[in-house]
Amino acid sequence: MTGHRREVLMWIVALTLSFFATATAAPDQNVEEPIQGEERAVLTDPPTVPPPITRKHATKVIVRLEVTEVEKSLADGVRYTFWTFGGKVPGKFIRIREGDLVEFHLDNHPNNKMPHNIDLHAVTGPGGGAASSLSAPGHSSVFSFKALNPGLYVYHCATAPVAMHVANGMYGLILVEPRDGLPKVDREYYVMQGDFYTKGANGQAGLQPFSMVKAIDERPDYVVFNGAVGAVAGDNALQAKVGETVRLYFGVGGPNLTSSFHVIGEIFDRVWAEGNMALVTKDVQTTLVPAGGAAIVDFKVEVPGTYILVDHSLTRAFNKGALGMLKVTGAENKLVYSGKISDEVYLPEGTRIRMGEAPPGIAPPAKTKKELLERGKGVYAANCAACHQANGQGIPKAFPPLVRSDYLNADKVRAIRTVTGGLQGPISVNGEKYNGVMPAWTLSDEDVAAVLSYVYSSWGNSGKEVSAKDVKTHRVKGSSAKVSE
Amino acid sequence: MRIRTALTAAAASAAAVVTLAMPVPASAAGPDMVLVPAGQQQPFFVTRGSPASASSEDGRSPSIEVPAFLMDRTPVTRRQFAEFVREQAEWRRSQMTPVLADPHYLEDWASDLGAGKSVPADAPVTRVSWFAASAYCQWKGKELPTVDQWERAAAGGGKDAAATRDKILRWYSRPGTEPLRAVGREAPNAYGLHDLHGLIWEWTLDFNSTLVSTENRDSGAKDDPLFCGSGSQGAADPGDYATFMRYALRNSLKASYTTGTLGFRCAKEMERP
Repeated sequence: MTGHRREVLMWIVALTLSFFATATAAPDQNVEEPIQGEERAVLTDPPTVPPPITRKHATKVIVRLEVTEVEKSLADGVRYTFWTFGGKVPGKFIRIREGDLVEFHLDNHPNNKMPHNIDLHAVTGPGGGAASSLSAPGHSSVFSFKALNPGLYVYHCATAPVAMHVANGMYGLILVEPRDGLPKVDREYYVMQGDFYTKGANGQAGLQPFSMVKAIDERPDYVVFNGAVGAVAGDNALQAKVGETVRLYFGVGGPNLTSSFHVIGEIFDRVWAEGNMALVTKDVQTTLVPAGGAAIVDFKVEVPGTYILVDHSLTRAFNKGALGMLKVTGAENKLVYSGKISDEVYLPEGTRIRMGEAPPGIAPPAKTKKELLERGKGVYAANCAACHQANGQGIPKAFPPLVRSDYLNADKVRAIRTVTGGLQGPISVNGEKYNGVMPAWTLSDEDVAAVLSYVYSSWGNSGKEVSAKDVKTHRVKGSSAKVSE
Repeated sequence: MRIRTALTAAAASAAAVVTLAMPVPASAAGPDMVLVPAGQQQPFFVTRGSPASASSEDGRSPSIEVPAFLMDRTPVTRRQFAEFVREQAEWRRSQMTPVLADPHYLEDWASDLGAGKSVPADAPVTRVSWFAASAYCQWKGKELPTVDQWERAAAGGGKDAAATRDKILRWYSRPGTEPLRAVGREAPNAYGLHDLHGLIWEWTLDFNSTLVSTENRDSGAKDDPLFCGSGSQGAADPGDYATFMRYALRNSLKASYTTGTLGFRCAKEMERP
């Protein structure tokens, strides 16, 4: 960074972001900063983050990371052999301070089949350490680097074929804290997104091999947080209490997909986009995190409930697993969020009438009662079953049953008028109160006769027959609806 | 009818046919070895200035000539290796020096002279260094196959390439802690060779001569005409992950290294007429 650019940047930071600005040093200063003492890095499995660094000087940090190839669950009933930095996906979280000298030991477990290495994006040097860390199974490599740039960085395996090593879960995050640390928060969590490519389709049970073809085509079967569907959900959900500020260290391992990272129901109060310590963005809905990139997001939770972490490329969340949970407990704050105040029926102008659908392929009038009932069954399935259910049971408190229905059996004409004219307001069916809306249906006389005859002759009802002539006589006329042309 | 059946069976085994067709010393091929006929092999990495790259500039498919050679039908087993260490005491675990093998050398053996009964004696020997594997082959009057020989043998004449890839990727998807099975239990490839894929890795004579850079994405190394082919740029087929992994494994090794899934088999060059 040139001196001039740095000055401009400092000025912007001072003016607009002074409150949250974090003091960072120039890389040259970090090269110069003397090393005092030595310590062993605290490494944590996701979603845990090592404690903040409080020391005010650079030190020598020893990091020992063991590579293991382990079979674990990818989704319910789906097993996968993950290649890991430390036994889990993502790998161990590493936390150091800018200016630190890191002595890095990469241990490749003797039971592994593969050679592995590591490229840390926090490293300044060829391959980010990859060229110095290739280790055969049962061997260990050592290299060292000085942390020149603060930030949140991805690390990953870079052994050929690199995309497969990453696709099998070989990635994690290393945080290089700025000199004065980050603003204090109440909770810190570690979440990483990755895409997985399996021989079988999504959900196919058993031990699934890696699919080279799908990986090359970038067609993942799974897109997940922390290495498995549900790894950050249900019992494994992240936890917080109302009033706390939560920080997520979010990274994307890939190998291929970027993430539109979003927490449903929250706004990120602060985002260190791309893990960049110099600029803090405020009030962000969704932050884009590249493959091989990371971001830090802070938000205060004001209202209890479950907040869903997603990749807002939504089929990944809905169909492929990119979904996590943050459960917030504590007192409600109705001013911030009321919850549901009421639920009323909404009938927009002109939509009170439904266009009925006659079952396809039954055009001519029914000649026999059997034909009539057959036709009625089709009309029912196409128009009525969605609410009253295929078995006529209805839905308690919402849609009244048609099974042994006193309301229905009491009055055939009312039934015709209900279907053709709709019904709104309180009624009582078999002793239960309902207060809903049924729209008017634009069905032919023949179809209304058929469906009512079908309902009357089914489910223990009276067996009345309704003719097309009955319908013609009693149907509700003069409605604004016209049968669609 | 009987004769025709026999001929068909012979034709199905390229090795058998070629053995008849080639002027091979009668002593060379035996029940333990099969012949891989001379032929063109497309190298996985094409290095600038190599004969292969020169031919590719002519618009022809880059390939190199691999002379006919004999190869062990199966990987060397624990039983076979135990015979070796009984006769050649300096290759026993207790006699091993760190220069010739790392501390994991034969560490899964029950004793200095045998693997023990917990694994089948006909399972492949693993946790052997390149030095030990070479010494075994020399003891047998053979040598380790070169990378070109091994890759030519493993390609199986190009038959079932897709199925072979799948088999390899399936093997990678299983953890390395599974006990090894006996050799020769799965169908052989077109040359009659068993277990080239799906059981263990195998040492080659010149395992570290083809440098995949330790830095897989490094294209800077392309500046060096000898050590090109580091990233995918130099590879014949960047989509062939299975082969990438073999080269990466070889490149991670030193001659003294041993791993639980690395064994070997021997080969022998044919005498030139």
